[in-house]
Amino acid sequence: MDEILGRYRLLQRAGGLIAPVVTSVMAFLVGGLVIVATTHKAPWGVYRGIFNGAGLNWILPWISAVDRTNAGYNLQQTLLVTTALILTGLAVSFAFRCGLFNIGGQGQYIVGAVFAVWIGSSLSGLQPAVHIVLAVGIATLGGAVWAGIAGFLRARFGAHEVITTIMLNWTAIWVASALLGQGGPLQGKNGSDNPISADVVDGAKLTVIWGDPLLQGLSIGIFVALAALVLYWIVTSRTTLGFGIRTVGKSTEAARYSGIDVARSTFLAMAISGGFAGLAGALDILGWQFRLSVGDVQASQIGFIGIAVALLGRNTAVGVGLSALLFGALVNGTSTRNLDPSVFRPELAGNLTILIQGLVVLFVGADVLVLVVLSRLRRRRA
Amino acid sequence: MGPDAPVVLELAGITKRFPGIIANDHVDFDLRAHEVHALLGENGAGKSTLMNILYGLYRPDEGEIRINGKLAHFTSSKDAIEAGIGMVHQHFMLIPVMTVAENIVLAVEPTRAGVLFDVGAAADRVREIAEQFKFTIDPYARIQNLSVGQQQRVEILKALYRKADILILDEPTAVLTPQEARELFGILQRLKAEGMSIIFISHKLNEALEIADRITVLRRGVKIDTIPREGATEASLARMMVGRDVLLTVEKTPGVPGKPLLEVAGLEVFDDRGLEVVKGVSLTVHAGEIVGLAGIDGNGQEELIDALTGLRKAHAGSIRIAGEESSGDSAREMLETGVGHIPVDRQRRGLVLDFSLAENLALRDFRHAPNSRLGWLFPNRLVARARKLLKEFDVRGGVPQTRAGMLSGGNQQKVVLAREIDRDPKVLVAGQPTRGLDVGAIEFVHRRLLSERDEGRAILLVSLELDEILSLSDRILVIYEGRIVGEFPPTVSEEELGLAMTGGGRGSGEEAA
Repeated sequence: MDEILGRYRLLQRAGGLIAPVVTSVMAFLVGGLVIVATTHKAPWGVYRGIFNGAGLNWILPWISAVDRTNAGYNLQQTLLVTTALILTGLAVSFAFRCGLFNIGGQGQYIVGAVFAVWIGSSLSGLQPAVHIVLAVGIATLGGAVWAGIAGFLRARFGAHEVITTIMLNWTAIWVASALLGQGGPLQGKNGSDNPISADVVDGAKLTVIWGDPLLQGLSIGIFVALAALVLYWIVTSRTTLGFGIRTVGKSTEAARYSGIDVARSTFLAMAISGGFAGLAGALDILGWQFRLSVGDVQASQIGFIGIAVALLGRNTAVGVGLSALLFGALVNGTSTRNLDPSVFRPELAGNLTILIQGLVVLFVGADVLVLVVLSRLRRRRA
Repeated sequence: MGPDAPVVLELAGITKRFPGIIANDHVDFDLRAHEVHALLGENGAGKSTLMNILYGLYRPDEGEIRINGKLAHFTSSKDAIEAGIGMVHQHFMLIPVMTVAENIVLAVEPTRAGVLFDVGAAADRVREIAEQFKFTIDPYARIQNLSVGQQQRVEILKALYRKADILILDEPTAVLTPQEARELFGILQRLKAEGMSIIFISHKLNEALEIADRITVLRRGVKIDTIPREGATEASLARMMVGRDVLLTVEKTPGVPGKPLLEVAGLEVFDDRGLEVVKGVSLTVHAGEIVGLAGIDGNGQEELIDALTGLRKAHAGSIRIAGEESSGDSAREMLETGVGHIPVDRQRRGLVLDFSLAENLALRDFRHAPNSRLGWLFPNRLVARARKLLKEFDVRGGVPQTRAGMLSGGNQQKVVLAREIDRDPKVLVAGQPTRGLDVGAIEFVHRRLLSERDEGRAILLVSLELDEILSLSDRILVIYEGRIVGEFPPTVSEEELGLAMTGGGRGSGEEAA
C-alpha cells in the first residue's frame, strides 16, 4: 500500500510541470467547445484574436512594423496586468505554504491601492524617490495589516481565514467606496463631481521603461514583481521563517513538537501574503492607473484571479510567474479594447476570460484526475 | 494440506524494479490447496509488492503467474478477482456510511429487472456466506459503527462473495487488538477447513509460527527460503529475515545511575476535555538510568509525556531538568534545556512526511548553527548533516533528499532517533519507541537506547509492551489512572506487573522516586 502511495507521490512530483500544462490545455479545449456552441465561430480564430489582442504576436518575427508597434502597446498592458497578478498570486501562494487559504487578496489589494493613491496624490513636492518608497511601503504595510487581522483571528481564536478574509474583502470594498465616493475624504477636489480620487502627482509615478507613459506603458513595477518572486523563493526555501511556516503548513502537530510558534507563523504568513497584495495595489496606482474610482474598486477582479494564478502555478515561484503571464494575456487579450471585434463580440469576450479561469480552477481541483489519466497513458506505453 | 496437496498458485521468477531499487528479485512462491502460507519479511522486504503483482495492481518486469497450472496475465485487480483471488488490504477499502451488505456487493450488486439494486437479495446472500463460515455479522449495520476487527471480517466476506478461493491478507493483525487477532485466527482456520488457500503477510514471527503451514521469508526483495512450520523457531526465522543472528531480548549490564536529571514532583495534568488525567505524579530519572513507565494505554501516559516536553501546560507540580526549574516551559524551552523526545505518533508528530529526510533531521534544530545563521537557512549543510546521520544510524531506503513518507516505519523511527540523539539531550523521553517496528529495527532501537543510557543520559521509557519495559529498564514504575502505583526492579514477573497495571498492585510506590 505504501508503495502505491509512494508511486502516486512520485508521479505527482513528476507531474509538477506536466499537470498544469495539461490543465490549461484542457481548459482551452473546453472553452473552445463553448465558443463553437454559442457563436458558431472557429475557436482557433478566436484564440488567435486573443493572442494578438494580448500583444503576444510581438514576439513573432514575421509581422509588419506597424503591427509590431501596435502589438507592443498591447504587450505592455498585458505585462502590467501580469505584474499585478504575480503579486496577488503570491498573496495566495505564500499563505498556502502555511496551510492557509487566503481568499482576501482582493481586499488587501484595494487597501494597498487606497493607501497608494492617498499618499501618491498628496505630499507633492516631496523628493520622487522618497515619495514612491513611502507610498509603496505604506500600501504594502496596509495590505499586510489587513491580512494580518485574519491571521490574528485565526491564530488567536481559530476563526477560519476563508470566512474572515471574505468579510474583510467586503469591508475593504465598501470602506474604499465611502472614502472615494461623493463627499468622501479621498474624492478629488478638482471640481468634478465624479466619485474618483485626485491624480497621483508626477513625482510619485513609477518610471516607464517601455512605451509611452500616457498610453499605459510598462513601468518598473514588473521588476518589483519579479523581485517579489525571487523573494518568495528565498523566504520559503532559504530562511528559518519560511522553514517554520512550511512546517506549520504540513503538520501543526510536528511544528509544535519542533518548538515552532504556530500562532506567530500563522499571523506572519497571512501578513506577508497581504503585503504582496497591497504591493500589487500600489504598483497599479503608481504605475499606470494614477487615480482610483469607486467603479475601479467595485469592478476589480485582480485579487480573485490571483487565486487561479496560484492554483495553476502550484505555489512555486516559477509557476506563479508563468501562470500570471497566461492570465494577464487572457485578461488583456479579451478586453473590449484589444480584441478584434470581427473575431468575437468584444462585449462577450470578457466572459470568455472568466469562463477559462473557472475551467482552470475546476481542472486544477481535478488534478488528481489528470494525474490518473497521465499514469494510465504511461502504463499503456510501458 | 500436506506436501501432496495440489499447487493452486505459482509465482515464478517474479522481478519488479522501481527507480533505484529492485523490490522483487526473481522471487518464486507457490501456494497449495487448503494451506495457510505465511509471507514473512521486514518492512520494505518486498512482501506487499509481490502481493500487489499477484493482485494485478503492478505488472512484473519479469516472471510469470500460474493459477491452477494455467498461465495468467493480470492487467488489473479485476482480472485477479475473476481468477478467484481476494485481497484484504492493511487499510480497509470500505465506505463508512454504507451498510455491510452494500459494501460487500459493491460493483457486483444483485439487481432486480436489470437495473434496480436488490437490497434484500444482497443481505440474504451476505447472511448465507456468513453462516457458511460461521461469521457473526449484521448485513444492515453501517461500517462506521463497526469495530476494526468487524470491518476486517467485512473485507474477508467481500472476497468470499466474489467467489475467491485464494485469500491474501496483508498484515491483518497490525490493526487488531490481541483478542481480535485471536478471533481472526479462528476464522482463518475455518476458512482453511472449508477449502480456502490463504496467503498471510506478516512481519511478526509468533503469528507466522502459530497460523501458517509453510513460511516463506523475503529479505530485501530476495526469497531466502520456504520452510514448513514444523522445526521453525522464532530465532531461526528472525535470522532468515534479518540475515544475521538477532537478539530477541537485548543483553544489558546494570546501569550506573548518576545524579538526578529529571525530577518531577506532584505533577497534575488535564487532558483536552479538561479532565485531570495525571494526578500528582512524582518520579526521578538519574543520569545513566532507564526508568520504564508501564501501564495500559490511556492511563495518563500521553499527557504526562506532553507535560514533560512542554507540549502541554501542567496544572500543578514541578519539573526540574538537571536541577534547573523548568515547570511551565514551552516546547521550545524544553528543547533548548536538553529534553529529547521520541513521540508516540512518529508520523504525525515526530516527522513531517512531506519533508525530505534532511529537513526532518533539522526539524528541531533549524534555528541553530550550523543549520542556519541569523535566520538564513543553509540547505547544503542540512543535507551534509543528514548524510552523516543516515549513515551513522543505518537508515536504509533513502538519501537526504528522500521524502520521509517514502521510508518504512523502522527507518522512519531511526530518523527520529538520530535527530533526538544527535541533539545530545540530557533527558530522553521515549514514547513507545518500537511501536509497529519489525525485529531488526526493534533490536536497533533497543541497543541504541541502552548505549545512550551508558553515555549518561536519563531515559524515561514509556511503553505498552511489557517485554520492552522488562528488558530495558533499570527501574520500573507502573502508572494507573494517572497515579504511579508501584515501583519494581527489572526482575519482577510479568504477572506481578500486569496486576499492578490493572490497579491490583500493592501500591508501594505512592512516593516512588
